[in-house]
Amino acid sequence: MSQRKRSKGLGCSQLLDGEDDSIPTQVERRSQEQLNQKVSELVQFLLVKDQKKIPIKRADILKNIIREYRDAYSEIIRRADRTLQEVFGLQLVEIDAKRHIYVLINNLPCAEGEQLCRDKEKEKMGLLLVILSFIFMKGNSVKDSALWEFLHLLRVYPGKQHSVFGDVRKLVAEEFVRQKATPAAPRPVAPGVPHGVRATLDSPQNTPVHPKTCGEGSPPALCRYLETTAIPLTDPPEFKYQWGPRAEKETSKKDVLNFVAKMQGKDPKFWASQYSEANKATT
Amino acid sequence: MAAQMTDAHRRFLQALMSNGITEGSEAKKLHQHCCETDKVYYAHDKLDDFISTINSHLQPLFMQIRKGISEDDGRAHYAVVNLAETEVTKMASDYTESELELFRKTMDLIILSENGFASSTDILNLADQLKTKKMKKKEAEQVLKVFVEDKWLSEKNGEYTLHTRCIIEMEQYILSNYQDVARKCNICHSLAIQSQGCESCGIGMHLPCVRKYFRGQTEPRCPECNEFWSCDTPGTKQGVSRMGSQT
Repeated sequence: MSQRKRSKGLGCSQLLDGEDDSIPTQVERRSQEQLNQKVSELVQFLLVKDQKKIPIKRADILKNIIREYRDAYSEIIRRADRTLQEVFGLQLVEIDAKRHIYVLINNLPCAEGEQLCRDKEKEKMGLLLVILSFIFMKGNSVKDSALWEFLHLLRVYPGKQHSVFGDVRKLVAEEFVRQKATPAAPRPVAPGVPHGVRATLDSPQNTPVHPKTCGEGSPPALCRYLETTAIPLTDPPEFKYQWGPRAEKETSKKDVLNFVAKMQGKDPKFWASQYSEANKATT
Repeated sequence: MAAQMTDAHRRFLQALMSNGITEGSEAKKLHQHCCETDKVYYAHDKLDDFISTINSHLQPLFMQIRKGISEDDGRAHYAVVNLAETEVTKMASDYTESELELFRKTMDLIILSENGFASSTDILNLADQLKTKKMKKKEAEQVLKVFVEDKWLSEKNGEYTLHTRCIIEMEQYILSNYQDVARKCNICHSLAIQSQGCESCGIGMHLPCVRKYFRGQTEPRCPECNEFWSCDTPGTKQGVSRMGSQT
């Protein structure tokens, strides 16, 4: 009677049964406990990055968390996403499929009068929403000059320091768009934590414009909400602003139109072409 | 058996995380708001159960919603804390190396002090002795301001102590790393940064705990050694007549 040795684990390994140099499958090689540990670490890592509104690069995840568990990468990511959804009501979403960049988005429907942003962030988000609305209402693309003309009406000037937003030109052109590659102070450590300081230097592309902590506190990185592209054949060169990949993911044309309608006390249908576009768009 | 997480639980958790620290009555309002928004059964006295449910799901992630009592007013506060000190949590902070060194030295001063406070002068004098990078006094002042804004420290009359949030998050760390020096309250057995002490036997108590314990007594006595309690005890008959500034 032939006895088939049954191995525990996934199907693939059974094919290799009986071979002297059977290689366990990737997930099997790691114990459940080890994988769970990695999943926990990844969840915390993502929450921390999200708290600071820094989009997360796959390279960073691999370097800082996954490390030698590269082979189990997709399993770990999958479980982390599931945990984030079940426990926190957040979802891991890839906003850049080419460069493999992720953000966390909120799965919970937004409630009236809810304040989920810290105070400094709230005002910037407000300005951002106004800009996104303007861009959408103007047909999804506006010239740099037109945007600033509009902001003039709100007494926000590019050349002048704003009492709330500070350097607005920098905020709009840099922070809302993408991070500038500026070397930051070494990666910090939670206060009170022993074992000295372990600095982890991010690669320049991922390094946020690290603020001097004196005075301002630490403004979060609100990047990729806007995109700017050069308008060809313009001299002097002009730029246009459009919605960035993050705006597409975190809000919708419908929400934005409703916001504008509410501000102006009109029905959204008042703007026929925007209304039909907003309803056509699938989130 | 752990109950299921609902959207109400998730919403509550998100709010706690974004607040940093949430005061007790705010937490109760938030509990109600979340249950109503997500149409989940609400019972006003079931906040602890509600939080336990969340905690059972946070446990495998080495996180926890923890309740701490403010040393100033005795009110409960809630914070989401990290229990594991892996490299991940070390990446959590927003501060530079020298800022953290200043914080740690400040924490040393506070814990080693008699009354749980470190004067601004003493802290600023440390600034140019930092090993990582010397800081000018002006810079150190700004850093202290940020620590207060971010609720790691709280300031009173030019003196600094640990914020309730800091105590909740770092209680375990402080108790294990300052084992010989850190005081525990004789009444509630939690870490006591600000405390009153018995002159005879040396035990310490939180001010809110002192108030509660000695309420209405004319002759407060130490619960441990029964000697006359020599510190001002606000709220007692004796305390009222002797109320003055604490040295």
